[in-house]
Amino acid sequence: MLEIRHLVKHFGPLKAVDDISFTVPRGEVLGFLGPNGAGKSTTMKMITGFLAPTSGTAIVCGHDIAAQPIPAKRCIGYLPEGAPAYPDMTPADFLDFIAHIRGYTGSEAKRRIGRVVEMIRITEVLHQPIETLSKGYKRRVGVAQALLHDPDVLILDEPTDGLDPNQKYEMRKIITAMRPEKAIIISTHLLEEVEAVCSRAIIIAHGRILADGTPAELAERSRHHNAVRLGVAAADPRVRDDLLRLPGVAAVEPVSDGEGEALMIFPEKGRTVVTHVADLARAHGWAVAGLRVERGRLDDVFREITTVPAEPASVAAAG
Amino acid sequence: MHNISTIFRRELASYFATPLAYVFIVIFLVMAGVLTFFVGNFFERGQADLQSFFTFHPWLYLVLIPALSMRLWAEERKSGTIELFLTLPIRMTEAVIGKFLAAWCFAGIALALTFPFWITVNFLGRPDNGVILASYLGSWLMAGALLAIGACVSATTKNQVIAFVVTAALAFLFTVAGSSIVLGMLQGWAPEWLIRATTQMSFLGHFGAITRGVIDLRDVFYFLSIMIAFLGANAILVDLEKAE
Repeated sequence: MLEIRHLVKHFGPLKAVDDISFTVPRGEVLGFLGPNGAGKSTTMKMITGFLAPTSGTAIVCGHDIAAQPIPAKRCIGYLPEGAPAYPDMTPADFLDFIAHIRGYTGSEAKRRIGRVVEMIRITEVLHQPIETLSKGYKRRVGVAQALLHDPDVLILDEPTDGLDPNQKYEMRKIITAMRPEKAIIISTHLLEEVEAVCSRAIIIAHGRILADGTPAELAERSRHHNAVRLGVAAADPRVRDDLLRLPGVAAVEPVSDGEGEALMIFPEKGRTVVTHVADLARAHGWAVAGLRVERGRLDDVFREITTVPAEPASVAAAG
Repeated sequence: MHNISTIFRRELASYFATPLAYVFIVIFLVMAGVLTFFVGNFFERGQADLQSFFTFHPWLYLVLIPALSMRLWAEERKSGTIELFLTLPIRMTEAVIGKFLAAWCFAGIALALTFPFWITVNFLGRPDNGVILASYLGSWLMAGALLAIGACVSATTKNQVIAFVVTAALAFLFTVAGSSIVLGMLQGWAPEWLIRATTQMSFLGHFGAITRGVIDLRDVFYFLSIMIAFLGANAILVDLEKAE
């Protein structure tokens, strides 16, 4: 459905995007992760035909975006960064304009506008100038515009930015509902969003793909993967020493967070230690408030991958 | 064609969505009136024509047309809507032409609203309405040429003030190209053909010829070719500069 082939973009001496390739089949929601300035938006701008790549290209529904921009653009719905829309228009006029440009007139335009307005819930602001709308409504108008023609490929640059938690939940539900019949790319800073909606995540930094896999696969690379959180008071040093002596335990660290005090027990790579920990706690009769195996944290992986200037080859996961 | 008309309608409506359209039209009419009656001595001349009305159009346009053209692309770039606009399934030429036609049509509306001058002169005497019609056409063509220059300049910046100032400066050069101001700068060093070509570029010269009532196809062709050249450059510049 969407194939990105060796995209490169230079801005003067700066390599904003440095040889990015991936494909997104129908039914996939690809999360595009990376720190600010990593090249996420630039990549999206090239896929949608706004920027011409320095080299490489994107194939959208079988059309090369450089060679056949019009048919390629027809099957893309795009929410640009910051959800720009004409400030002096009302959402009704704006969507009408988009419908006409997309080739729908009369009752067909009305039907399609009605459908997205319903879906994105912007009925109550339909006749207010866009410049007077809240950030959340502006974002939703931008998404409505991208969905109007029911595109096969949907590219959303930070679709939930500026939305409140309820609106975020709604937006994720909408994205998940559309997933089966579309190829979707969303860029985001929110790692919980990746876990909530994405079937696959790509982490990029400095214009390169550093990791590519399902959110679960990426989380496995976290040091918290299979770590055991043991809810005991950390004051007693003997507890830590006992835990450290268990087979397969690499480190024990005290943590204190919203859930209270606990010890985080990190296993050596590829080992699970939860049964040993449980047995030990029972044997010593510790007052355990809770015991949980961590799945791993995307934010760990994200920070580790994007802050260490590592060779991409050595950290790239098998996609 | 469908896309051009869709873009045209959106752009034209956007002039009227803000006070810009009304401010522009009112100021245009008031200034045209003041210049015609007080500076142009419309009544004292005692002639049944609109010469004193049309004479001032080039100078009026020098200030007002850049105000109309400055937002065409600069505003889209500033607000980021250019990214939305140019990722829609439209051709660059459709975008450029749709926007330009909206601005040109707006200028035409402003020009048409000067009809009370025409009524006045017909009430007072028997003017040659053919000449007046030709002058209107010439004035509209000149406005179109200036708008094309302005659209092209607007495509190079996000800043509408810069677009205004640069357009006004270019418009001034084109307007007075045949006068001693510009020719004086060229004389003495420029080759003969360049001086002759520059003289030919003058808006005043071509507009003046039309207002005398002779629609020479060469004058019409001149304004049309200025429009085509600058709109072509406009399309290329939008493409080149949009990354920034």
